[in-house]
Amino acid sequence: MGRASRASGAMRWDLGGRELEALAAEAERFRGESLWQDAWRRLKANRTAWWSLLFLALFGGAALLAPLLPIPSPVHLDLQLEPQPPVPPWELFGESGFEPEYWELSFLDEVLVDLRVAIFGEWQTGPWLGTDGKGRDILSRIVWGSRTSILVALAAALCSLAIGVTYGALAGYLGGRVDNLMMRVVDILYSIPFIFLVIFLITVVNEYRTELEDGYGIDRETVFYVVIGAVYWLTMARVVRGQVLSLRNSEFIEAARVLGASTARILFTHLVPNVLSIVIVYLTLTIPAVMLFEAFLSFLGLGIEPPKVSWGLLAVDGSEMVNPVRIYWWLVVFPAGAMGATLLALNLLGDGLRDALDPKLRGKD
Amino acid sequence: MLPFLLRRLFWFVVTLWVVVTISFFLMRQVRGGPFDGERSLNEAIERNIQARYHLDWPQWKQYLQYVGPFNLDSDGPELLGGDGTDPFTGVLVGDFGPSFKYRDFTVNDIIGQSLPVSVSLGLIALMWALSLGLTAGVASALWRGSKTDVLLRLLATGGIALPNFTVAGFLVIFFVFLVPLLPVAGYGSWRHLVLPGFALGAPFAAYIARLTRTGMLEVLSQDYIRTAHAKGLPPRLVILRHAIKGGILPVVSYLGPATAGILTGSLVIERIFAIPGTGSHFVNSALNRDYTLAMGVTILYTVLVYTLNALVDFAYTLLDPRISMEES
Repeated sequence: MGRASRASGAMRWDLGGRELEALAAEAERFRGESLWQDAWRRLKANRTAWWSLLFLALFGGAALLAPLLPIPSPVHLDLQLEPQPPVPPWELFGESGFEPEYWELSFLDEVLVDLRVAIFGEWQTGPWLGTDGKGRDILSRIVWGSRTSILVALAAALCSLAIGVTYGALAGYLGGRVDNLMMRVVDILYSIPFIFLVIFLITVVNEYRTELEDGYGIDRETVFYVVIGAVYWLTMARVVRGQVLSLRNSEFIEAARVLGASTARILFTHLVPNVLSIVIVYLTLTIPAVMLFEAFLSFLGLGIEPPKVSWGLLAVDGSEMVNPVRIYWWLVVFPAGAMGATLLALNLLGDGLRDALDPKLRGKD
Repeated sequence: MLPFLLRRLFWFVVTLWVVVTISFFLMRQVRGGPFDGERSLNEAIERNIQARYHLDWPQWKQYLQYVGPFNLDSDGPELLGGDGTDPFTGVLVGDFGPSFKYRDFTVNDIIGQSLPVSVSLGLIALMWALSLGLTAGVASALWRGSKTDVLLRLLATGGIALPNFTVAGFLVIFFVFLVPLLPVAGYGSWRHLVLPGFALGAPFAAYIARLTRTGMLEVLSQDYIRTAHAKGLPPRLVILRHAIKGGILPVVSYLGPATAGILTGSLVIERIFAIPGTGSHFVNSALNRDYTLAMGVTILYTVLVYTLNALVDFAYTLLDPRISMEES
């Protein structure tokens, strides 16, 4: 704006008795608000979304620092006859007997575990949420499971983001025949029942897993992220392409062009931020979808493998223990509660972000 | 009209070809055939099995044989036994070949037995989804901002957020063990399908409720609704005769994806409730490397999903005159 007023400031326009300088001076007194400041303010005003964000931050923090928390080991077996019911913290707050037993952890996690032992020693929390049939602590398994599930979700969502944004922006930018063809391909892929192809793909990859691991250092989980990401990019591509296409010919881009902005400037200061907002919104909506998908595949025995733990596996464990003799409700309720709450928070945050970032879409589903 | 149908048909053929080709060559990439077992077979027997399923042919020939329509197997009829003299085989004539694991069954037999089960499960799920979703959506739009609205919306968001097998777990605990009303699993009567149908339909009911609420709110603010009120039509009739018609339009366009989702969602639900449907057959076949069965089910579901989407688009153009077929 500043440039525009300076450029035309030399000419004296009669604007209802007020001169342009006066108008410009008046405009100077108002501080502009960027898209992100505006969005942040609106997000804070939306209480549901704000609480969701806080909840997710808390949960994500717990997942990130899981090795540091004084919770029992998620895989330490205590072979007893049946799952033990939860003991509330006011009855048994903590006990001694921590066993640092895990699957193969990364270096950083090892350090965190060492730190945890240095701080808390053998002390660990009691079975606040009960234990499962093999004596493993449910709370610990939920926290460690959230770590796996969140990692899968983030990695796969980023994968889909990379593919979708590149593809969509390219199609929208090139336009014409190329765009038409590229979107036809997306249409075709849309009508394929993907779950079938994914199951196919994962069974095929499973046959080659030792080669992949030894020869290329690609482990099963990486394949898993890529496969899921390769499935979930379609909507992202469509949205980005539509956005780029409509923005390319919109007035403010034309205005920028008239004012002499370079192509790069138009692309990076005008197009990208506008696309970015909707990309973030779809990212928050893709993450819960991917989490559900992970759970779905783990349920079928094609996802995360024991001894690692994920929410999908916890749900499997829980539903396997559903039997008429005795109801181990804590095996179903707590994992489902954690998963449901997280997915709910993500969905609400996604809705809130959409309202905050794209006023045009407000109130629409 | 006709160009629209022809174009849809063309892309349908392309889609199907892509699916068939990708899944065919994917499955041939897998090392280890479906007949590898603990014991190595006698060489002659192995050769016979290979010949029986054409695994000794070059891949391009296997592909042509699989797709059809001509039977390339010059001495096949004797080997195939019985009525294998058919000059036409392959996917193009709707023949998915023999199952690799269920030795005496063709893929068509298995699909023929299991598809009715899956379809009835899907229909019940769809009925749950539509009845609950539409009612909840209309109710929460009519009483916008009330406690009912807030509660229904929370339920709907929860329904979208929870995976269907978790819903299934809760349902089993409540309606089978705590209040023994329904059987826990298996298949036989309609009572076996109530819980799985509900668990399968729940997320879709939730989404339909959301769509209906938005659609109804939009319609209720339109001028023609005000006109209807102004001319003295009872509120009930305004809703039933005018508002609902426009309000559920978004739901119609969602029916295609919803049905597709219900069909694929049944993979898990059928496994939980031990229902012998197509979905559980597919999972087993993928895990057991029963490639023809897995491919057959994939192709079948592609056809179903595509047809349903086309039907829904078609219905949409009939319901909403603002959308023309040429553009869609």
